Amino acid sequence: MAKVIGTVEIDSAKCKGCNLCVVACPTDVLALRAKEVNDRGYHFAYAADPEKCIGCASCALVCPDACIEVYKVISN
Amino acid sequence: MTKEEIISAGGSKVAAKPRLLLDVNMHYCPGCSHGVVHKLVAEVIDELGMEDTAIGVAPVGCAVFAYNYIDVDWVEAAHGRAPAVATALSRLNPDATVFTYQGDGDLAAIGTCETIHACNRGENIAIIFINNGIYGMTGGQMAPTTLEGMKTSTTPYGRRVDLNGYPLNITSLVKELDGTCYVTRQAVHTPAAVRKAKAAIKQAFINARDKKGTSFVEIVSTCNSGWKMSPEKANKWMEENMFEKYPLGELKNTVNPK
Repeated sequence: MAKVIGTVEIDSAKCKGCNLCVVACPTDVLALRAKEVNDRGYHFAYAADPEKCIGCASCALVCPDACIEVYKVISN
Repeated sequence: MTKEEIISAGGSKVAAKPRLLLDVNMHYCPGCSHGVVHKLVAEVIDELGMEDTAIGVAPVGCAVFAYNYIDVDWVEAAHGRAPAVATALSRLNPDATVFTYQGDGDLAAIGTCETIHACNRGENIAIIFINNGIYGMTGGQMAPTTLEGMKTSTTPYGRRVDLNGYPLNITSLVKELDGTCYVTRQAVHTPAAVRKAKAAIKQAFINARDKKGTSFVEIVSTCNSGWKMSPEKANKWMEENMFEKYPLGELKNTVNPK
């Protein structure tokens, strides 16, 4: 069966750590860094479980700062 | 798989920052709905190829710096006067697609007169209206659209109808005017809602380009700083409270009725 593989790339310098992408992700790929912060002091988002990504781009749609890029491929 | 592996396996980029959104940090609070709507406006202008013909009118309010974020022509209007400025722009530049981007303090309070008369004259403009029920920029004061019982910095015990009047549903008001061709109410709290809001904004821009009349797109939004909630809680609160008074959906469509 064809499998959809996706990956997200987050611009951590622009991320404001609003957590909306984490909530929107249907497969719980994303999380906020608990201890690290970016230059502006925000706990930025990162792909905590990248293997689960299905490239649905839900995170990118709800991101208010447009700092998420999503790539997707369908592999047989 | 990494990005490079996916591209070499024949995959593609499915989402990225819109080309017309400038590469600067927006001044909005984390989780603000303005960012999402800016993104949608930039995407729609790019998709319709209006980069050189679109003219935006920026309001006074949180979105006052919209001209710093979206790479099209902009005019900054006095508080509430964006539809009046847009009227002049669209009449003097018949080839341009003119849109305004306003908040509820701008459009529904000080600019009520301009809004209603621009809509009633059927000016060929698109109005994007961000309704978060509060004056966000000045520190969370009560706006005309503030819900009954909602706490703001000027109504610390909640809005009282006997003292402050009822919340103003300006979109339903505008629907009744003959000049409007497309009136809709959307939100951007979930991926599905974002897709619908984008389709609505696109329709509004097409109507403005084709000179069909005034298009009015209300986006029911959150102001998590003003509401004193986390972005996630603010979205939930909006679903539970705002949608009762401001139900989502298409209110009027005379261009392509279903």
